[in-house]
Amino acid sequence: MSKSYRDGLPISPEKFVDQLMRLKRGSIGRRDFLGLTGLGIATAVMAREIGIMPTPAFAAENLGDRMSIATWPNYHDPQTFENFKKDTGVAVEVNVFGSNEEMLAKLQAGASGWSLFVPTNYTISTYKKLGIIDPLDMAKLPNFDGSQEDPRFTSEGTIDGTTYAVPKNWGTTGFAVNTKKLAKPMTSWKEFWDVAMAEGDGRTMVHDYQLTTIGNALKYYGYSFNSLKQDELAKAEELLLKVKPHLFAVSSDYQPGMRAGDAWMTMCWTNDGAQLHRDIPEIAYVLGKEGGEIWTDFYAIPKDAPNKPAGYALLNYLMTPEVAVKEHLANGAPSTDARVNKLLPKEVLDNPILYPAADLLTPLEFGAAATLTDPGRAELMARFKSA
Amino acid sequence: MHGNRFRHNILTALLLAPATVWLVVFLVLPFVAIAVFSVGERAPEGGYQAAFTLAQYANLPARATAFWNTMMLAPAGALACLLVAYPVAYYLALKAPQRWRLILLALVVIPFWTSLLMRTYAWMYILGGRGIPALLAFVGIEDVRLINTPGAVLLGIVYGYLPLMILPIYVSLERLDRRLLEASADLGATPLSTFLGVTLKLSLPGVMTGFSLVMILLLGEYLIPTLLGGGKVFFIGNALVDLFLQSRNWPFGSAIAITLVAVSVVALIAANRISTRVSGARRVDLI
Repeated sequence: MSKSYRDGLPISPEKFVDQLMRLKRGSIGRRDFLGLTGLGIATAVMAREIGIMPTPAFAAENLGDRMSIATWPNYHDPQTFENFKKDTGVAVEVNVFGSNEEMLAKLQAGASGWSLFVPTNYTISTYKKLGIIDPLDMAKLPNFDGSQEDPRFTSEGTIDGTTYAVPKNWGTTGFAVNTKKLAKPMTSWKEFWDVAMAEGDGRTMVHDYQLTTIGNALKYYGYSFNSLKQDELAKAEELLLKVKPHLFAVSSDYQPGMRAGDAWMTMCWTNDGAQLHRDIPEIAYVLGKEGGEIWTDFYAIPKDAPNKPAGYALLNYLMTPEVAVKEHLANGAPSTDARVNKLLPKEVLDNPILYPAADLLTPLEFGAAATLTDPGRAELMARFKSA
Repeated sequence: MHGNRFRHNILTALLLAPATVWLVVFLVLPFVAIAVFSVGERAPEGGYQAAFTLAQYANLPARATAFWNTMMLAPAGALACLLVAYPVAYYLALKAPQRWRLILLALVVIPFWTSLLMRTYAWMYILGGRGIPALLAFVGIEDVRLINTPGAVLLGIVYGYLPLMILPIYVSLERLDRRLLEASADLGATPLSTFLGVTLKLSLPGVMTGFSLVMILLLGEYLIPTLLGGGKVFFIGNALVDLFLQSRNWPFGSAIAITLVAVSVVALIAANRISTRVSGARRVDLI
C-alpha cells in the first residue's frame, strides 16, 4: 500500500477498523461512526451492512467508567487497555501479582475490587470450591469459541460441565540464561542449581513462589514437580538452603535484574523468556530436561466483582482473535486458540521458546491443586526465605 | 458551679469523641480481631477457622530467624540513622546561618513527601546494573553488584528514615541555651568536653525520641529488604506479608502480629526508661 494512496483516504485503514470495532461494541452511535470515518456519503449502503452485524448482549448494559483487573507482570499489551478505553469509555486499572497464592489471599479476604483476574489452571478448582468465582455466562462472551481451543490446555476451566474460566494462553516454566556471562550450555535443572552455586554465584534468581521454586528443586532429584511427600520435600529443602547464600534474589519480577545485567540466570516463564530473548538475544530460554511445569492461565470473574458488565465486556474484547493476537505478540506466550494461531506470523509459530520440541514438553507437569493450599510447602518456603 | 463543670465535661467528651471513635474503630477493633484470629486455626484452604488453641503461639519458634533478624536490624538501623543524622541536625541547629536554616530544614523534609515506595524504587535503579555499576564499568571496573546486598538495605533504611531522626534532634539542639556553652568554655572546658558534657547530654531526649521512632518503624519494615535486598533478607514484616498473602495462614500471622506489638511496646518502654535515666530526671513523653 503506497503512502500517497493512504494520504488520499479520509481515514487510515487502522483508524477505520478501530471505529468499526467501537460501533460494533455499541460504544458510539452509528451516526457518529459515519461522521468520524468520513463515510457519511455512503450512509445508505453502510447503514444497511452494519445493521446486520450481531450486537453483543452487553451492549445495552451500563459498563461504568472504570474496572480493575488482576494479572501477571509484563503480561499484556498496554495498548489493549487503551483501545478498550477508547471503545467503551471504561478505564482499566491493572494490578500485578507475583503468585497465585497472593491472588487467592486477596480474594479470600474479600472486596478485592477486581472485575476480572488471571488465575493459573491448578487454582480454579479451589476458587470454585471456596465459592469465590462465578460460573461464566457464555452468552456474554460471543467472541469466545470453545471449539477452537486446544483441550490439553483448557480442560481445567470447566468443572462438571460448567465453565468457570476461559483460557488466555499456555506456557512453560524453565530458566533464562545470559549466555555471554554463563557460556556453558545448560539443559537441566540439575545444572541450573549447580551453576547457581558456582559460576552463577550471586547472579541467580529464583521465584518468590513456592510452586516453582520448590517444584524445580524437586526436579534436581528427579522427583515430581508437585510432590507433597515428606522425604522428597526434605531433600528439596536441603538443596534450597544450600543454594540460598549464593542467590541474587528471591523474586518473581526478574526481568529488570536480567535486563540490567545484575542477574545472569533466573527461573523464567515462557512469555518473559520470549520477551527477554527478543530484546537481548544473548539471553536464552532453557527447559530442564527432567521436566518441570506446563501451565495455562485463564480469565475468571470474581463473585464479588464490583463491575461485572465491564469484566465481561473486557473478557469478550480479549477473546477477539484480532485483539488476542496483539496480546500474544506483546507478551510472547503461546495461544490456546486456533483462530489466534492462524493470525500469528510464521516466525512466532516457529519460535522454540514458545513451542518447544515434543520431547521437552512430554515430561512437563501441570501444577496440582493440592500444592496451592498445602501448609507444608508454605512453611518450607518460609524456612528457605528466612534462612 | 456544678452546672459549669457538667458543661465542661460535655465539651471535653464532644471534643474527644472523634478521636475516640477513630481509635476504637481503627485500632481497638482490628486489634481484638487479630487477637481472636491468633487463637484460631488455619482453614484447610487457608484463611481463618474458629477455634481456641494456643498452637499458633507455640509455633512462634518457626519464625525465630525472622524475629532475630528484626531484633538485630531495628537497633542497628536506628543507630546508623543516628550517626548520619546527628551531625546534620547539629549543623542545622547551631552552625547554619539563620537565613539558610529554614531552607535547609525544608530540604530535609521535602523528600519525605514522596512515598517511601517511590524513593526506594529510585534507589533500585541507582544501585542496579544500569546505575552506578554502569558508571563503574565505564571507567573499567566490571561486574560490580550493589543491589540486593546488605549494604543496599542499610543505605535504603538510613535514607528512608533520616528525616525522622534529624527533626527531633534538631528540635532539642535548637532549644539548647547557648549561655550554657559559653559558661562551659569560660570555665575552661575544651570544645570536645563541652560537646560531650553539655550539648550531647542536653540533646539526648531528642536522640532517644528519634531513635525510638525509627526503631519502632523498623520493627515492621518489609519493603526495603524486599526491594533493595532481593527478598533474601527475611524480617518479621516479610514473614507477616507471606503468612497473610502467600500461605494464607491468618491465625499464625495474627499470633506473630500480636507478639510483634508486645515486643514493640517493651522496646518503647525500655527506650523511654533509658532516656529518662540518661537525661537526668526529666521525663520524656514519646506518645
